[in-house]
Amino acid sequence: MIRWLAGRLLQTLATYALAVTLLFIMMRLTPGDPLAGLSDERPLPAEARELLRRRYRLDQPVLTQYADFLAGALRGDLGVSIAQHGRPVTALIRERLPATLLLGTTALAAMFGIGIAVGVLQATRAGSVTDRVLGILSLTAYATPSFWLGLVLTWALAIEWHWFPVAFMHAPLLDPDAGWWVRLTDLLWHLVLPVTTLTLVSFGAVARYQRAAMLEALGLGAIRTARTKGLRDRSILWHHAWRNSVGPMLALFGLWLPLVVAGSVFVESVYAWPGLGTLAAESIGSRDYPVIMGVAILVSAVVIGGNLLADLLHGWLDPRLRPSQ
Amino acid sequence: MTTDGWLRQLWLRPAGRVGVILLVVMSLTAAIGPAFLPDPLAQPDLAQGGLRPPDQIHLLGTDYHSRDVMARVVTGARVSLAVAFGAVLLSITLGGMVGLAAGYLGSWIDAALMRLVDAALAIPRLFLLLIMVASMERIPLWLLIVAIGATGWFGTSRLVRAEVRRLRAMDFVRSAEALGATRRRILARHLLPNVLGPLTVATTLAVGDVILLEAGLSFLGLGVQPPTPSWGGMIMENKSFLVTAPWTSLAPGLAIVIAVVAVNLIGESLHQDPAPPLS
Amino acid sequence: MTMLLAVRDLRVSFPGATGPVYPVDRVSFELARGETVALVGESGSGKSLTGMALLNLVPAPGEVAPGSSVSLEGTEILKLRGEPLRRIRGARIGMVFQDPLASLNPVISVGDQIRETIQAHLPLGRREARTRAEALLAEVGLAGTPEGYQRYPHQLSGGMRQRVMLAIALAAEPDLLIADEPTSALDVTVQAQILTLLEGLRRARGLTVLLITHDLGIVAGRTDRVLVMYAGRIVEAAPTAELFAHPAHPYTAGLLGSLPRLRGPRQPLRPIPGQVPSPGDWPAGCRFHPRCAKSFAPCREEPPIVEVAGGHHMRCWLGKSGDSA
Repeated sequence: MIRWLAGRLLQTLATYALAVTLLFIMMRLTPGDPLAGLSDERPLPAEARELLRRRYRLDQPVLTQYADFLAGALRGDLGVSIAQHGRPVTALIRERLPATLLLGTTALAAMFGIGIAVGVLQATRAGSVTDRVLGILSLTAYATPSFWLGLVLTWALAIEWHWFPVAFMHAPLLDPDAGWWVRLTDLLWHLVLPVTTLTLVSFGAVARYQRAAMLEALGLGAIRTARTKGLRDRSILWHHAWRNSVGPMLALFGLWLPLVVAGSVFVESVYAWPGLGTLAAESIGSRDYPVIMGVAILVSAVVIGGNLLADLLHGWLDPRLRPSQ
Repeated sequence: MTTDGWLRQLWLRPAGRVGVILLVVMSLTAAIGPAFLPDPLAQPDLAQGGLRPPDQIHLLGTDYHSRDVMARVVTGARVSLAVAFGAVLLSITLGGMVGLAAGYLGSWIDAALMRLVDAALAIPRLFLLLIMVASMERIPLWLLIVAIGATGWFGTSRLVRAEVRRLRAMDFVRSAEALGATRRRILARHLLPNVLGPLTVATTLAVGDVILLEAGLSFLGLGVQPPTPSWGGMIMENKSFLVTAPWTSLAPGLAIVIAVVAVNLIGESLHQDPAPPLS
Repeated sequence: MTMLLAVRDLRVSFPGATGPVYPVDRVSFELARGETVALVGESGSGKSLTGMALLNLVPAPGEVAPGSSVSLEGTEILKLRGEPLRRIRGARIGMVFQDPLASLNPVISVGDQIRETIQAHLPLGRREARTRAEALLAEVGLAGTPEGYQRYPHQLSGGMRQRVMLAIALAAEPDLLIADEPTSALDVTVQAQILTLLEGLRRARGLTVLLITHDLGIVAGRTDRVLVMYAGRIVEAAPTAELFAHPAHPYTAGLLGSLPRLRGPRQPLRPIPGQVPSPGDWPAGCRFHPRCAKSFAPCREEPPIVEVAGGHHMRCWLGKSGDSA
């Protein structure tokens, strides 16, 4: 068991190193000067360019740069920002991480909660009107671009009806000395629209896969046995059928995580949510390469970690996958 | 199953039929529509100001630069559909080749390719594209297609590899091998035709994803460059006018939703038949 | 003897291309308390569907047709829904299936699959139910230990899995056990062990058993009566010894003729030509007559039910003419 776990961890680390390598290669293959975005109007003097090149170690051989980069990525040192005058990328990310974690975990929980509920409901009524209506709804939600949905929701719910704030994480005029309760409700109030947007565009995929996995699980002989045993419907549905549908869902978790991350880039920038997505979007505008790379590396680490977690969870839920003693 | 059988199956399912009709209408409109509509770049009423609500001359109104929104949505369809189909064709070809190689050759080639795919799948495709195109001033259409295509084959190669390995264990391939058929012949005659089924489903679903991805890139200012119309670009250009002139961004947004729904309906209808298409 | 179960005019309908078809067509029989009865027929005869119908568990799109009656000591099972029906399944009637691997839930330990059946019907706490489940494991010849409780179906052999199925079926102390081809998926030596176990459990618990099988070979010496089913109907019913000694219906005679004999003079095996027609294609009159060597003119019409001897009935024109085999 320990050996299996160690092997799995080593494999995860290797995948991460490989992903970082891929990112490095892509960055080097890209045409264009990383320093070009720095001054659009006036060309930099030659000495200044040289200084900057040395500062960002662009004067070193490629392999040395790669080794530095890889070591940095494993240590958690992601270099310094070009646009933000040499601030460490790690510091920039740390500033923005809490906002993204709050938005991301809330949206993930909502997306899986709603997606699983809808998929299971559809599977138990396969072919019915409910099934079809829910299927059309989740497909349409899936087909909606997150940034457009964000704009439309802002227009309708924030601007026209004033139900929710238009943007940001806190009301700009909020008294900084306000009690924790006021600050918390203000935060939750600002969270509603971004979470709703991200959840709406992502729950459809979960629901569709859950429906298919659940239909397959409901056809198992074990479900027939559970019925002949006289178990309660709730137990048959969740304890017997759903648990058998979790495997395929967990296998897909790793593929969905990057999609949710990408979706949050758009949603955050639409709502000016001060997280990593907005940071990435800003960095595209200023061609701030180290920051884009930093965010990409962090996101890959999260995805790879999520995959590992899903794997372990799958092994825990399905005894057939456990390493034999 | 023959191509003919697929098409019939698609047409017999209501969802598939709706999807096909939507997609055909969209493609035809994109192909011949611009001939009957105003120039999407013309600014006829610049003096009087833009943002005119829909009327008989401008069926979907005009944007801030007084350009006809309908003409821009229809012309934008050309970009979206061209990018989507071009990029998916490229990624399916790449993914198919890698998957066949990994699944059929096996051993270290398989292991190396699949580790690479694992790593690549961990990086969100959006970020791969950001890194590739962020440093460019102008992105030509062909490069956009190549970039999106080159970052979309990882999942496909996994799918094809799994299918090839499943098929290899089956009797008809083993007997061909036992009879001394060459690798090339087994790949071309036995594996490729059978992999086409799952590949077709993956292709249609991927088209929808790429339409969304291209729109997102344009929204971030990294897609087709203005003034050439694209759906994502139009939403970005007009986001400040959502309150005063909602038609300017509602129209391109709905176009995206309809296009993606259409290809997904087609993909799902093809997918529903679990019968393995064995030769 | 008191009557436990009475089945009257049981019909199961499935939608066909040209209206409903009836794979089980007006089946009637009775089970006395403590009796062991075999329901014998080829695949496609409708015997398994009959078993499922006794628990009101006909798989969709099939359904029990109106006018059918299954009465368990006066309770009309087919009219029950919801909680009262659940209280019959497992608690009054237990069931075992042919393929124990497919019938057990792969992600739940065998002990828990027994325990949940106990808790679904008996007012026992988790710990008491667990102790009882371990005792049941021991009773069916498996390890009644915490380790044995924690094992999963994939870790067991086919015979052990069928023992677990028996423990589940008997967990809530039912009066009637329906065993649907309980040994058909097992090796011959294991078959004998399971049948011996079944016989022991029946004696110890005073069970009534309905043994559904295609194999007349396992019926002799283990059952009190035999019901022979063909094309959705019971064609012959007799005490086991009487049936083997004097098979009256040509179909039964055919089944016995295709069975290898261990004693007596050597005879060539005589398989019945052809196979059971599917439910939509049943011929008018006697449904066996196209395959019957003795068919004659009257067979095109509905055969009468005749009493061949005491408690020995068949559905055949031969009995009427006195021209019995």
